[in-house]
Amino acid sequence: MKPPPFGYRAPVTLDEALDALAARPSGKVLAGGQSLIPLLNMRLAAPPELVDINRVAELDTLHVGDGGVRVGALARHTRVERSAAAAAVQPLLRRALRHVAHPVIRNRGTVVGSLAHADPAAELPAVLAVLDGTVDAASTRGRRTIPAADFFVGPLEPALEPGELAVSAYFPAAPPRTGTAFMETARRHGDYAIAGVAAVVTLDDDLRVSAARAGYLGISATPLVLDLTGAAGPHGDWTAAAAHVRDTVDPVADIHAGAAYRRHLTGVLTERALKRAAAEALRKAED
Amino acid sequence: MGEAREDTREDTFEDTREDTFDVALTVNGAHRTARVPARRLLSDLLRHDLGLTGTHVGCEHGVCGCCTVLLDGDPVRSCLMLAVTASGHEVTTVEGLAAPDGTPSPVQRAFRECHGLQCGFCTPGFLCTVTALLRETPRPTQDQVLEGISGNLCRCTGYQNIVASVHRAADLIARSAEEGEA
Amino acid sequence: MGTRVFGEPVRRREDGRLLTGRGRYLDDLGRDALAAAFVRSPHAHARITDIDVSEALDVDGLVAVYTFEDLPGRIGERLPLLIPHPALTHGRTGYPLARDVVRHVGEPVAMVVARDRYLAEDAAERVRVDYEPLPAVVGIEAASRAERLVHDDVPGNVGAVLVQETGDAAAAIRAAPHVLEFRLAIERSASMPLEGRGVYARWDADDGSLRVYSSTQASTGVRAAIAARLGLPTGKVEVIAPDVGGGFGVKIVHPWPEEILVPWAARLLDREIKWTEDRREHFVSAAHERGQLQDVRVGFDGDGRVLGLDVRIRHDHGAYTPYGIIIPIVTSTQLLGPYKIGAYRAEVVSLYTNTLIVTPYRGAGRPQGVFCMERTMDRIARHLGLDRADVRAANLIQPDEFPYDQGLTFQDGRPLIYDSGDYPELLRKAKAMIGWDGFGAERAAAASRGRRLGIGLGVYVEGTGVGPYEGGHVEIDTAGRVHVSTGLTSQGQGHETVFAQIAAAELGVPIGDVHVTTGDTRRFGYAVGTFASRAAVMSGNAIALACRKVRDKALRIAAEALEADPRDLDITDGVVHVRGDVSAAVPLRTVAVLSNPLRYAFDEETARATQFAVGRPVTEPPIAAGEEPGLEGRDYYSPVRSTFAAGAHAAVVEVDPDTAEIAILRYAVVHDCGRLINPMVVEGQIHGGVAQGIGGALYERMAYDESGQLLNASFMDFLMPYATEIPRIRTGHLETPSPLNPLGIKGAGEAGVIPVSAVIASAVEDAEGVRVDAMPLSPDALHTLRQRAAADPSLIVRAE
Repeated sequence: MKPPPFGYRAPVTLDEALDALAARPSGKVLAGGQSLIPLLNMRLAAPPELVDINRVAELDTLHVGDGGVRVGALARHTRVERSAAAAAVQPLLRRALRHVAHPVIRNRGTVVGSLAHADPAAELPAVLAVLDGTVDAASTRGRRTIPAADFFVGPLEPALEPGELAVSAYFPAAPPRTGTAFMETARRHGDYAIAGVAAVVTLDDDLRVSAARAGYLGISATPLVLDLTGAAGPHGDWTAAAAHVRDTVDPVADIHAGAAYRRHLTGVLTERALKRAAAEALRKAED
Repeated sequence: MGEAREDTREDTFEDTREDTFDVALTVNGAHRTARVPARRLLSDLLRHDLGLTGTHVGCEHGVCGCCTVLLDGDPVRSCLMLAVTASGHEVTTVEGLAAPDGTPSPVQRAFRECHGLQCGFCTPGFLCTVTALLRETPRPTQDQVLEGISGNLCRCTGYQNIVASVHRAADLIARSAEEGEA
Repeated sequence: MGTRVFGEPVRRREDGRLLTGRGRYLDDLGRDALAAAFVRSPHAHARITDIDVSEALDVDGLVAVYTFEDLPGRIGERLPLLIPHPALTHGRTGYPLARDVVRHVGEPVAMVVARDRYLAEDAAERVRVDYEPLPAVVGIEAASRAERLVHDDVPGNVGAVLVQETGDAAAAIRAAPHVLEFRLAIERSASMPLEGRGVYARWDADDGSLRVYSSTQASTGVRAAIAARLGLPTGKVEVIAPDVGGGFGVKIVHPWPEEILVPWAARLLDREIKWTEDRREHFVSAAHERGQLQDVRVGFDGDGRVLGLDVRIRHDHGAYTPYGIIIPIVTSTQLLGPYKIGAYRAEVVSLYTNTLIVTPYRGAGRPQGVFCMERTMDRIARHLGLDRADVRAANLIQPDEFPYDQGLTFQDGRPLIYDSGDYPELLRKAKAMIGWDGFGAERAAAASRGRRLGIGLGVYVEGTGVGPYEGGHVEIDTAGRVHVSTGLTSQGQGHETVFAQIAAAELGVPIGDVHVTTGDTRRFGYAVGTFASRAAVMSGNAIALACRKVRDKALRIAAEALEADPRDLDITDGVVHVRGDVSAAVPLRTVAVLSNPLRYAFDEETARATQFAVGRPVTEPPIAAGEEPGLEGRDYYSPVRSTFAAGAHAAVVEVDPDTAEIAILRYAVVHDCGRLINPMVVEGQIHGGVAQGIGGALYERMAYDESGQLLNASFMDFLMPYATEIPRIRTGHLETPSPLNPLGIKGAGEAGVIPVSAVIASAVEDAEGVRVDAMPLSPDALHTLRQRAAADPSLIVRAE
């Protein structure tokens, strides 16, 4: 289990990184490496060249503003997880990050890398999707902002062009009177989830449900986002919302769980997460 | 399949002699250098190029935790890191946990006192992980201990005595801090 | 008497090096050796039509590539069938490198030797093998149907049929007031030590000798096999098991293909070669265990006493049978557990499949047997509406019934006679530790808060310390150091400590003076190996016997020096002295000097042993008749049959009514392995076993698809428990000494794992009220059970 040979560049500026990617568009970006290097070690990936961005200091950023959290391409999971400011602006981020593998992996893995890996069983894609976040991509041709809904094209397939680097991700802040919850069921603590849900519930001034959304991981080829506002109704019938989800989803089966169990589990987690998010929304509204 | 393989070959095997890179890093306080191909894993650099075989390799896909070392003080999987990426950084391996005079660290002592190891293969990874855990959280709760070591597999101990060792190490560290103050 | 060391929780002597990175595991050796890698079959069943290595030859750093065609003489012969058994009528083994046909994914097809492992893998990737795929046989049902064959010349895919019976089970069942019939299933798991296998060979061309390091549980067996295959005298082959990163059974198999090929190539090339198995290789080319289907018929009376039991065991042994049929033999015999079963018949059918070979993994067939018997006990209790513990109690062998002859033949070919035990006390203690009697109230209180709890238990007997023998050698040197060696190997069990405890206690020396070597043929050439919970019993007793010889000799020599009667002498803290008179004393280091009459002194101490210093009468030879120079002794322990340890486990589980997740809230173990040498070490063994048992009960399985691909060949998907999955384990001990051996001990290595699946199944069934017949039990499986029970009331179990 040793990686196949590859060319290697270790740029120190973003421009150099983009030049390197432009020169070898089939090259792969190496950031935290916690997903890429296992694939290399198993020789399931054999990129001709790696562009190692670990020395590009300008990508090691975490900006927290009132509007949201912008995470640079080199910010490790642990850094984001520990940021009280980020947790205050968008609590879902920390809640989901605590489910990402194990602490040692989070020390090295990056948030943007996880998004760009686009594993449908991973936590962060579902979070970005349910929040309608965005990914900023750059290449020598320029920069663009890709909405989450367009970013996840298929399993392990992000909407990045050859030569393009995901430089940051933006997680919008929670609106007022909004609660969030993240829940997942994994076979072992720290494993990829059998199913998981990131729930966001917003109340109006009269404490009625004005928005209820859920982002799912582990059940489809890309993160699935469902707007459950209608299904839950203004008074938050979470059981009905869960039933709606059970009827809607079409989960995939794998060696850890069949489709029927995943469907059932998705319903259970939906109801639990929405309840918890709604309770938090209510607390915030009453504050 | 065959075609894809051909492509890969042309791209990567124009000449099977690989480029090599100079790597310079601090390992257990000592400046070390080596010249290695880009694909050399940090675990292999430590074990085979630098002869520090205390860091073990149990899965080479980042799950077992045997190869955990401290990179600038934080535990990381050395099998999931290229040696070239580690260049310029500071690495601590199990060989560097004891005091310079050879006195075992509190974590090492605790594992011995509590029978926290059997075959010893996973042990260096646990020791590095726990050393960092207790630096971060000197008085961990039971749940914090479990979470802290949750990325390290042990097939021998059933974790019972490893958990006990972590608590014991916390005691030893606290005691030596008290003695230091007194 | 000295400091008491036997029975004490002495801290481990191996830990110093293991905690500081100074352990020497296989891959830590041979830094300059060439690396081997293997091309392995990607197909479960295929004919090899062509192998083209030409592309591999382009890799810079390649040294050699070998296929079956390159293997001369005995190197290319089929691997040995290690344990032939008369019932194994169709035993088959593979070739070191596949010849014509591959029969499981991972079977080695070609060996590559290169400058390092990276390059070896590059070259292996470039070896082109053309396969003509053949239909694969996967799973016990498919093997039984035999629509396809794994081996053309093995009809029905049946390797062995073995029937054992005592009494007329069919008649007893016919006559019984109650009869139940059901099927049970256990899936595959694997030993999965964190260090894989590995071999490192050094050929000394000048000396014509070979040194091989192997991560093995049987260094003497590896040596015998290598010597035979390479045509070398045994004395020219040294095999050393260095520090070994766990074994749990898988490393008892030998020789592995790699253990022949690496030394052979090292000699051929006259270069050091090392092969370190990686994790993916380990999943598909080492060995698995556990997979069985069991069809049970049981007849019993109204008190739950079993009158007749008939079990048909279908065992999946994979593509080849190098280890014979030990596992299903163990299942069918140890299934009886601590119980008196009126009449019993077991039929074992051992089947070929196109999957990895099946060889012992800790427990070695016992977890399946205990699962069968304990599920049967629970079935009976539910059927009769009785307490599950009471049904067990009604069937237990009583303490005054030992030795108890079960009337069968055990895995060592010897009668299944239990030597000692107190099973009712084990059950009583386990119930007390888990809170069995008060559990009704606990369950009700939890239920009122919407929580669903269940309790379960399991009792087992484990035959340990199987023969044929082990030996021990003890030598006291002139510095007073005691060197103890035994041929069997260590994989983390703490042998360096417990054998030192035995030696220190027997000899009356400080434990710090004792140095233990295991698994090194340079030190001890005769041995069987480490398996079947036998190391402490076999080598422990052999070392004790060797120590007694040395002690006697020391007393004889000291008596002469002290002009005393040896019967009046004792040894304390390494000093021989007249009992009650410490002034009349001589240290063992001096006795060691005196034991070796010298012509040439090399220091002042040894001058005492030279011919002008020793005061033996000139009419007698310097070494008395029957004596040998040196303060050393060797002895062997060879028991007439196994000794039987036992235990009872109990657990409380909680199941999530919605997600079907299963959590173990409490786990209790009561264990009886006779006299304890080191309770700390024994507890450690139990802890580890229980964790592996929990893995097998809730997490671990080998997910083969119908084409024979292993879908979860990584630690991502083969779910070994982390600390977060293992509850706190409470342990209690009972000490019923074995009357069979001098130390009164029984084996402990496998105990923890044996009843866990049975206990968890019992507890989950209790929590859910839904029958549990198959393990492991995932949340999905439990959810599916709930759905099925909702549609089929026959799957619902009655309350006690």
